[in-house]
Amino acid sequence: MNWLDTFRTGLEAIRLHRMRSGLTVLGILIGIAAVILTVGLGEGAQSDVSAQINSLGSNLLIISPGSSTSTGGVRGGFGSASTLTTADAEALASKTVAPDIAAVAPTTSTSASLTASSTNWTTSVVGTTESWLGVRARTLQSGRFLTAADETNGSPVTVLGSTTADQLFGGTSAVGQTVTVNGVELQVVGVLTSTGSSGSSNDDDVAIVPLRVAAQRLFGGTTRTGVSTIYVEASSGSTLSAAYQEAQSELLAIHNIATSTSADFTITTQQSLLSAATSVDKTLTVLLAGIAGISLLVGGIGVMNIMLVSVTERVREIGLRKALGARPRVIRRQFLVEASVLGLAGGVLGVLVGLVGAMILPHFVSSSVTLSPTASAGAIVVAIAIGVGFGVYPAARAARLAPIDALRTE
Amino acid sequence: MNQPVIDLVDVNKAYRSGSLSVQALDDVNLTIDEGEFVAILGPSGSGKSTLMHIIGCLDVPTSGVYLLGGEDVSTLDEDRLAEIRNRRIGFVFQQFNLLASLSAWRNVELPLAYSGLRRRERRERAMAALAQVGLGDRVDHRPGELSGGQQQRVAIARALVTEPALILADEPTGNLDSASTAEILGLLNDLHASGRTMVLITHEREIAAAAQRRVRIRDGRLTADIDAVTR
Ligand SMILES: Nc1ncnc2c1ncn2[C@@H]1O[C@H](COP(=O)(O)OP(=O)(O)OP(=O)(O)O)[C@@H](O)[C@H]1O
Ligand SMILES: [Mg+2]
Repeated sequence: MNWLDTFRTGLEAIRLHRMRSGLTVLGILIGIAAVILTVGLGEGAQSDVSAQINSLGSNLLIISPGSSTSTGGVRGGFGSASTLTTADAEALASKTVAPDIAAVAPTTSTSASLTASSTNWTTSVVGTTESWLGVRARTLQSGRFLTAADETNGSPVTVLGSTTADQLFGGTSAVGQTVTVNGVELQVVGVLTSTGSSGSSNDDDVAIVPLRVAAQRLFGGTTRTGVSTIYVEASSGSTLSAAYQEAQSELLAIHNIATSTSADFTITTQQSLLSAATSVDKTLTVLLAGIAGISLLVGGIGVMNIMLVSVTERVREIGLRKALGARPRVIRRQFLVEASVLGLAGGVLGVLVGLVGAMILPHFVSSSVTLSPTASAGAIVVAIAIGVGFGVYPAARAARLAPIDALRTE
Repeated sequence: MNQPVIDLVDVNKAYRSGSLSVQALDDVNLTIDEGEFVAILGPSGSGKSTLMHIIGCLDVPTSGVYLLGGEDVSTLDEDRLAEIRNRRIGFVFQQFNLLASLSAWRNVELPLAYSGLRRRERRERAMAALAQVGLGDRVDHRPGELSGGQQQRVAIARALVTEPALILADEPTGNLDSASTAEILGLLNDLHASGRTMVLITHEREIAAAAQRRVRIRDGRLTADIDAVTR
């Protein structure tokens, strides 16, 4: 008996017991769909978090003052408030010193009250350069961003976050209007596109001004050359670690510090933020997937149960087939094919149900569900393996039956 | 003289159910030559089916030797036995033993499927066998849609479709009327005429009369080996 015949015979047996086969398939279906959905939910949550962190900008290094290894707190340099200066940023921007650094955006940030003609609004005023837009991967809703000329001339201009613009000017266009900060009149030249983020650190509630304007005209004093954060963008994802090294050694050299353990600054990568944020999700995903896996196991036991029933019920048929010349291995193969067809059907339908679930679920929980094709294909393979795995024992039992005992059974 | 097809030497078969032991076959000695038509005649419960199952390699004796074509059956493994059942023996069972879910021709082609024939050839041969037993117009009927006699003829078609050298028929006319009985016996006679060895099991003297040689069995013992009688 060839494989095609074996397959046909298996299908006939399944069709003959539609109800029973259907329930078996249902068991596997539920298991597979549950596994796929929990894994998809976990992956979805992870990609949500990483999307959030990636929205900071891509291939980003964040240099902040102070040392994470130092117990003495922030080390002071030359009496300035911050250990990082605009000179540091300029050095890092040099292509010869740091060839793998694409762009550098030094920033200062101070909370201040902005006054428009009729109203006022307190927000964080960020002094930075033209690179900030690209490094932070932001876009403009209207108007223009800061230019190099704004910085060299110290032009009194500002670019507002969308929330800030709304608060100060309501529905009317902010571009071209004037706001006053600490008595300095600034012209609004652009409005940033909303990031849609919310929470304590609202990226949409911000007023961007040229670094020189912030340092010399708005706040002045000791922060004249100090910056609070330097954002560095590596030229690509693969040069990120090279950029990290270059930034570190350059800053150590400028600051006259011998070893990195005593550095007066800290460099954070997106990767370190990501791994911290996703490790919690991973634990939860593994736990959920484990529970789903158990339901899959139960589905497999269902296959075994049904196959055993099938063998018992068809003892006479097996006896007859053997009397007509079926070898034990042919009988075994027939039952294995039957079991794996049930597994395959459960797997395919389970993936389909998982796909539908992935479309419906995000409407009920505030998390996206990511179904990867490899995971789906893997699930189907697992389902077939379950069919075969749990079909082995019943099939072996059928193959072992003595023909005459089987024939005599009523 | 050439070797007998079937040679049973001191064959015993005991069934044990709990403490009770039934001696279904008791020191049976039987030799059947190639091309013979032998009837085994005995009352119900005398051990006829048991004997047929042993001859057909479906069951093994408790003691004694069974030589099939000179080969000691007890030395053969499962695969070899399956092959013998498939190629050399055609069974007609007392309870037809057709698969209810399959049509007549699918039932008939079953042994061919296990001998590895291609589907098209299987179908052709199954059709031919069904035509031979006069069921050419019932090939797509399921057993449940056929009369008892027709089912028995399907079973005979299945037994002859592999063109086996040995046909074992257990009460093939057991529950048929006289017309159908005559038809079936005619068929068996034709098969015998075409050179096959035939073993016919029955409890009716009139049916045993169709054979060349009659063997009587009673309580598991072969009582007399009646020589061929001219009809
Ligand atoms: N599996 C079994 N277990 C126990 N005893 C059995 C078994 N099969 C048959 N027997 C006994 O063996 C004896 C012979 O049975 P067998 O089926 O060979 O009779 P038979 O001659 O074919 O009868 P019938 O004409 O009614 O078919 C009977 O007494 C029967 O009860
Ligand atoms: Mg009987």
